[in-house]
Amino acid sequence: MIAPHGGRLINRVVEGAERDRLLGLAPKLPKVVLNAREMADVDMIAVGAMSPLEGFMTKADYDSVLARRRLAGGLPWTIPIVLAVKPDASAESYKEGQDVALETQDGQLLAILHVASKWKMDKGDEARKVLRTDDAAHPGVGYLATLGDTYLGGTLSVVNRLKYEKYNNRRLDPVETRTLFKQKGWKTIAAFQTRNPIHRAHEYLTKVALEIVDGLMLHPLMGETKSDDVPADVRMKCYEALLASYYPKERTALAVYPQAMRYGGPSEAVLHAICRKNFGVTHFLVGRDHAGVGKYYGSYDAQKIFDEYAPGEIGINLLKFENSFWCKRTGGMASTKSSPAGPEERVELSGTQVRDMLRAGTLPPPEFSRPEIAKILIDAMKAK
Amino acid sequence: MLHETKVTVKIPRPLYRKVQLVIEKSGFSSPTDFIVFVLRDLLGEAERKGPAPAEKAADTIEPNEDFSATDLEAVKQKLKNLGYL
Repeated sequence: MIAPHGGRLINRVVEGAERDRLLGLAPKLPKVVLNAREMADVDMIAVGAMSPLEGFMTKADYDSVLARRRLAGGLPWTIPIVLAVKPDASAESYKEGQDVALETQDGQLLAILHVASKWKMDKGDEARKVLRTDDAAHPGVGYLATLGDTYLGGTLSVVNRLKYEKYNNRRLDPVETRTLFKQKGWKTIAAFQTRNPIHRAHEYLTKVALEIVDGLMLHPLMGETKSDDVPADVRMKCYEALLASYYPKERTALAVYPQAMRYGGPSEAVLHAICRKNFGVTHFLVGRDHAGVGKYYGSYDAQKIFDEYAPGEIGINLLKFENSFWCKRTGGMASTKSSPAGPEERVELSGTQVRDMLRAGTLPPPEFSRPEIAKILIDAMKAK
Repeated sequence: MLHETKVTVKIPRPLYRKVQLVIEKSGFSSPTDFIVFVLRDLLGEAERKGPAPAEKAADTIEPNEDFSATDLEAVKQKLKNLGYL
């Protein structure tokens, strides 16, 4: 079984007498009401999905991640996992050495943050170093603009797991996916991250992966995404329909990846890979413009960033894919790596073309999208 | 001819309507999914109360030092209940 990042799967869920003590203490503590991204981060830290993090980053880790894409201890890490004081709260209310209660937006206590570090951050600096832009139109930069300018860092004691309203039958913690892989006898596991419906091109990538590993985990991101991304409910229907008809059941698993999208392109690709390693995954697929948005990143920047680290430092095998398509000349799915055909011999559609077809109730060609998937998307558009 | 892996079970229509109401916004995509989930959960509970399985003795997953054999059994049971195993 692949080792978690840092060697140990973190568990920050407290139980028994310590939990009782913290529950008694919480009402007397200053509190922070978490946003959707922060809630998901707490829940992932709780169960080791972001090992070796034991809480929100301290200034030392934050500065190190921004400066050299590593935690202060040297382990690769590319995206700050941080907690911001809300813009309408006074940063003076929180002090280093103090405990702070972290609550959901409906007042449920999730965790106690043991504040070890408090600092004023520079939004522009963070955006440029992590997202490679400070353009306000970038959704990640837009998110930063909603925050206060003070971060709190420290370890977490999680007293209540986050209660999700949806997909509870698809939510597996790292210890559960690891157990699943062990029980299935899978020694090599590929994970596919996506925030979109899967059409033939991405299906092809997962099938290529499946040819060389024991099992495939479809691990769609179901945390917060942009409002114009395909809704999670629709995507889940697509994934279930695709797996039911086109994949071998005994060699695939579908589970939710609860993290919020950062739209950080290359930086986020590394985060996605590291977290999948914590889930027990050995191979991670990175295609064209992974976790990208708009024109902010080069098509293969999210693959190149891994070259900044020495072999083995990330610890997960990367499966890098180029743009794939149905090739008319070879009569099958292919990529520029495997087909000599020119663009005129490829069945490729832009996102806009696909959306227009679906909106008009027209099925895209079967070489582009499985009809079951296209029908789900057409129905979803009609229901809007 | 392909071997049919699923069978039809009839339930009273009022009960079906109640299930439809219960699963609204629950993440279950159909009453069938919900009913399969509940049945697996109930049957899993019954199995847990039965004789201990032989495999219970040891099966190291080694995610961390705090993970006990009891925890492992609970995880396996959850995976079975959810249909992963």
